Amino acid sequence: MANVLVIDPEKCTSCRLCELACSARNAGAYRPARSRIRVLIRADEAFYFPRVCIQCEEAPCIEECPTDALVRDAATNVVVLKEDRCDGCGVCESACPYGVIWCLDDKAHKCDLCGGDPECVRFCAPDALRYESQDRWPPGDRQAYADRLRGLVQEVKR
Amino acid sequence: MMHAYAGKMLRVDLSSRTIRTEPIDPQQARAYLGGRGLGTRIMYDEVDPKIDALDPANKLILAAGPLTGMSAACGGRFMAITKGALTGAIACSNCGGTFGPELKYAGYDLIVFEGAADEPVMLVIDDDSVELRPAKHLWGQNVHQTEDALHAELGADFHLASIGPAGEKLVRFACIINDKSRAAGRSGVGAVMGSKKLKAVAVRGTGGLTAADPEGFRTACLDSLKKLKEGEISGTGLPAFGTAILVNIINESGIFPTRNFQESQFALAEQISGETIAEQILVRPRACVACPIACGRVTALPNGKFSGRGEGPEYETVWALGADTGVGDLTAVTKANYICNELGIDTITAGATVACAMELLEKGAISEKEIGRTLSFGDAEAMVDMIGKIGRREGFGDVLAEGSARVAAKYGRPELSMGTKKQEFPAYDPRGVFGMGLQYATSNRGGCHVRGYLIAPEILGVPEKFDPHTPDGKAALDIGFQDLTAALDAAGLCLFITFSVGGPEITEMLRTATGFDYDVDEVMRAGERIWNLEKLFNLQAGLSRKDDTLPKRLLTEPMPAGPAKGMTVPLEEMLAEYYRLRGWTDQGQPTQEKLVALGLS
Repeated sequence: MANVLVIDPEKCTSCRLCELACSARNAGAYRPARSRIRVLIRADEAFYFPRVCIQCEEAPCIEECPTDALVRDAATNVVVLKEDRCDGCGVCESACPYGVIWCLDDKAHKCDLCGGDPECVRFCAPDALRYESQDRWPPGDRQAYADRLRGLVQEVKR
Repeated sequence: MMHAYAGKMLRVDLSSRTIRTEPIDPQQARAYLGGRGLGTRIMYDEVDPKIDALDPANKLILAAGPLTGMSAACGGRFMAITKGALTGAIACSNCGGTFGPELKYAGYDLIVFEGAADEPVMLVIDDDSVELRPAKHLWGQNVHQTEDALHAELGADFHLASIGPAGEKLVRFACIINDKSRAAGRSGVGAVMGSKKLKAVAVRGTGGLTAADPEGFRTACLDSLKKLKEGEISGTGLPAFGTAILVNIINESGIFPTRNFQESQFALAEQISGETIAEQILVRPRACVACPIACGRVTALPNGKFSGRGEGPEYETVWALGADTGVGDLTAVTKANYICNELGIDTITAGATVACAMELLEKGAISEKEIGRTLSFGDAEAMVDMIGKIGRREGFGDVLAEGSARVAAKYGRPELSMGTKKQEFPAYDPRGVFGMGLQYATSNRGGCHVRGYLIAPEILGVPEKFDPHTPDGKAALDIGFQDLTAALDAAGLCLFITFSVGGPEITEMLRTATGFDYDVDEVMRAGERIWNLEKLFNLQAGLSRKDDTLPKRLLTEPMPAGPAKGMTVPLEEMLAEYYRLRGWTDQGQPTQEKLVALGLS
């Protein structure tokens, strides 16, 4: 069974090393504004929540992309961006029910698990992010994470 | 282009309301790193050290380091550098949170504030757009109200550094606060900000930073991260219990100052310990940007006499508002901490000044009539009440807002101020930890634990154990810690990184990030250069050998009880050796030879 990115928001401490690691690897700079994982922080409530693509089974981003730039890798099940086909139109960003695709600088930015070695996991000290076999993430927990992600979409768009 | 650095600084003249951008000079960056280093260089070059700290001619510099906002563990810091309102000495107060990294993402390593505005203003930085805006509507608001108002006005994704009513009213130990609870705490940097009528700085940055050797830097970062995770203190103790894990350790070592340093063990220590905090009031830990430790404590008090929600207390605060005032009620200590954050005052000086007033009352130097209330050691309600009065300069709080040195002098008992260079000591009685005593006496910003944290080797055994009860070897140890700390401050790192990594790891991160071909010697020399430059500033400000000292109590009154019973600090012999090893005269002045060697002549 392929590994998945397991997200355990309760363990997050809001340090955002995941954003720094991700942007360095995928955007060539320490630049949270181009990270493919974003920690929503509501400090007053001590609410910290890493937001990142869960590679959902029925992916609206794939279905709605007008240039077929988003495809599912059959071996890993990961939704991957074919950069040469993407013109940054923003349809995928609107289509994503979880708010975890960002179209910036004429290009979509979404998590592709760094090709099987997610950089954020390497930098996550409290182990809120882990790269593990899918059966290590109980379906109920995964669903709960997805539901919370979905619930936050309106807030993060404000 | 420069790697790791944003490469630019902002110069904001508040008198003429003009803003300019200047490039960072790579040669100066290499020699002074950033933050505390570059900031002190600017202060030394541009500000007459003799001026009054609250004069518009003083400058206030907010500065990040080269490792701020990168993926270096503990690299979330910025510093406020100025002439301190409390001390009259060079001040550099280090602060975590999110402001420093965001400043760099906006494209600036540092901001120099010059002059003073005639009406309250704030600086709003939105990437390339930088402007001064009126802040009259925020004047008088506390820090939390100010942050909430600015987030509503500008957007939730702005990161803020502001002062509360204490900074506006020039409380001499007002701080600058970021993220509601993270303070550039000491020496009165917030009073300087208030004197310039600068209420807040708001920043949003969407840019990025690069490393000169991306793969090498990544490897160096992962190496430090691993060591921090595996370290007993950095990986287990601090994450679980915060800095207040020290309460029981320091109390058992017999160096936990109690009732204004009259005793060194506090019977109620357990009630205000990190363990008790975790058990009773902790909501969740909170990290600064890029920190794997997350020592910050989001806490909440149950409804009762003292209620509320916020961050803290951390160790020094628990001590200052707790043991030093004889208060063993965690809810009172936490409430007073919240008030300090909201009004924007330094918890250490605030608690220590109340403790000093308590002893002045106990000794009959002040009367309850003058104070306007009872103020005995151990009176939790009185302590909390007085902290609020200080922050608002209300009643007797207006007197205490000057800090313990001025208060004790005013009432004819200057020896009862437990500090050096008018700044109060933190939570370690040096009669039982001699290297710390030398560090207190020689610290360029006055009484302080974070210029050289000798508690690590002398008490915790990090990186190796030194006997705390001997003066032998302490001068050299102090100098090494002071220079390394100056360098890592300037780099933008938190001191806590040194619980698990040292000079070699820090050097490797700096080398690969900046592309400057540093070795450990050069980084340590940068620290030594910063230390000497701070010393030059202080000498020109009028400080001298007589200011490198400790209060009489610590030099002549034997420790009353505990493991260090009967001891006093053998300062003179350590100080003479310290000056000699520093390459200074016996009057504590850097020699010409030393200045030439450091490129400071």
